[in-house]
Amino acid sequence: MAVISYIDAVIMAIREEMERDSRVFVLGEDVGKKGGVFKATSGLYEQFGEQRVIDTPLAESAIAGVGIGAAMYGMRPIAEMQFADFIMPAINQIISESAKIRYRSNNDWQCPIVIRAPYGGGVHGALYHSQSVEAIFANQPGLKIVMPSTPYDVKGLLKAAIRDEDPVLFFEHKRAYRLIKEEVPDDDYVLPIGKADIKRVGDDVTVITYGLCVHFALQAAEKLASDGISVHILDLRTVYPLDQEAIIEAAAKTGKVLLITEDNKEGSIISEVSAIIAENCLFDLDAPIMRLAGPDVPAMPYSPPLEKSFMVNPDKVEKALRDLAAY
Amino acid sequence: MVENRHLQVGLRDEDVLEMYKVMLLARRIDERMWLLNRSGKIPFVVSCQGQEASQVGAAFALNREKDYVLPYYRDLGVVLAFGMTAKDLMLSSFAKAEDPNSGGRQMPGHFGQKKNRIVTGSSPVTTQVPHAVGIALAAKMEGKDIVSFVTFGEGSSNQGDFHEGANFAGVHKLPVILMCENNQYAISIPIEKQLACGKVSDRAIGYGMPGVTVDGNDPIEVYKAVKEAADRGRRGEGPSLIEAVSYRLTPHSSDDDDSQYRSADEVSEAKKIDSIITFAAYLKATSVMDDEMEKQINEEIMKVVNEATDYAEEAPFAKEDTLSKYVYAEK
Repeated sequence: MAVISYIDAVIMAIREEMERDSRVFVLGEDVGKKGGVFKATSGLYEQFGEQRVIDTPLAESAIAGVGIGAAMYGMRPIAEMQFADFIMPAINQIISESAKIRYRSNNDWQCPIVIRAPYGGGVHGALYHSQSVEAIFANQPGLKIVMPSTPYDVKGLLKAAIRDEDPVLFFEHKRAYRLIKEEVPDDDYVLPIGKADIKRVGDDVTVITYGLCVHFALQAAEKLASDGISVHILDLRTVYPLDQEAIIEAAAKTGKVLLITEDNKEGSIISEVSAIIAENCLFDLDAPIMRLAGPDVPAMPYSPPLEKSFMVNPDKVEKALRDLAAY
Repeated sequence: MVENRHLQVGLRDEDVLEMYKVMLLARRIDERMWLLNRSGKIPFVVSCQGQEASQVGAAFALNREKDYVLPYYRDLGVVLAFGMTAKDLMLSSFAKAEDPNSGGRQMPGHFGQKKNRIVTGSSPVTTQVPHAVGIALAAKMEGKDIVSFVTFGEGSSNQGDFHEGANFAGVHKLPVILMCENNQYAISIPIEKQLACGKVSDRAIGYGMPGVTVDGNDPIEVYKAVKEAADRGRRGEGPSLIEAVSYRLTPHSSDDDDSQYRSADEVSEAKKIDSIITFAAYLKATSVMDDEMEKQINEEIMKVVNEATDYAEEAPFAKEDTLSKYVYAEK
């Protein structure tokens, strides 16, 4: 078992699945010879050849749509959107097509495609290389949206996504790619899609979040521990459909809940998490549900102070947790 | 004496007779759907009328045992030729549980039937073009001798998915046949307000594939063009674009009033070259069919349509508790 980075876990998962199943292939812009602009498909072209690691024309709707056609035929395509921000031209294919193929055909056809995309800010990517786009897809039954926070989860969940019988959007935090490292087993394992994971056990306040913000919460929790405040952290991992049982359990455990997303606040994933808690945990709560999120501006600016102001960080989480603990 | 053109393109007498039967069946099913709609029995119809020759001529040029078709909403003729039955189509019109397209979930005209390789479609137009490209790509990866055949209207040839899909197929030399059924109207908008170029087939050059325009009222000419495209595809020479020009004889759908945007005279002129009439005349002129056979064929088809209508009308709807089924794979 070696210590590897978040992006290496992406490559490892794809490589293992391509070795195990000849129906698995990769398509996208710059995924072949170059190995991806972030190097998330590095070495795959050399190992599997241009037939299975396909450099496509620059046209996102075709990347998704061609993948969907291949999936309906019986292949297991992994389509890469170079940045989550550039998924917009493919939305018709993803929402009108992939999400509805099984339902509209009364289970005659299926669409087992994985669409991967790097999302998230804090990398000086400005408005169009920093966005979180999950909320756009998070009221589309038929889709699953996975957003892992750690290399271990990346490998297990990406392998599960590739084996899944339905379309899965797999969003990878681009700042986590090389920042987050941990031990990841070399062996073949999958993690269940649709299940949240407790990343830290605590008794005083609960954080429910996903993606890079899980790490901000872990850092803040560490600081609070020295002051005797015990933080419970639930990592959603799958943001659609949500693991309602785990959310209710985590909220009820401490009665004080901080929900965090890097996305704009209104209409975000945590808005739905909040609604689940409100519906189910009224008598378990000891404080109003608190939300920490990006501001409701179109996207994060390039200017470093403005970007910093937009982003969630460990200090903001720490402050919110102290306020909540003191309520 | 009319020249025998079908033997020249490799179609036997029994083949063209079969083509005529499928064209006529499509027409009669379509006409029945309008009657059912106007009598309040089914909510919606979208027609194939005027395009049967393009659809059936094309389908007969494919390998109906292994090729894939991605029809658009008017393609009654294509899906009938690929194995869907009158009963299946009536079940769809009545939105009944047994409808193989969708179990009554989708509007009529949203075809799909996996066992016959008729790929499920949606309502946003032209999304099926990249799917056809993906199917051809997958078949090529598996070394299968398969072509995918995808249709769309001339208005749809403006959609990004047409251009993105055509380019992808061209770059990767995939065995895709893109056939535009140019019926000259996108609901109310005539072709001159849809295209800046003269013909839809002019668009092929941008994607490195041949583009041809053929008479969509002539099933033999369409057959010939699609056969050539299928042969090219199977030889590994890549995709083709075919534009089959015909005329939409009905309003866009049962909810449209075409008198708002075109003259009755224009429609009557088009009806004079309706392929159901002209192809029957050709078959008689070449002694493939006589009056007695024509009468018999008509009677047989009406019997099939009547039986299908009765069956579908009596068939049960899907139960309400199935509403949430098949959102995701069920274990």
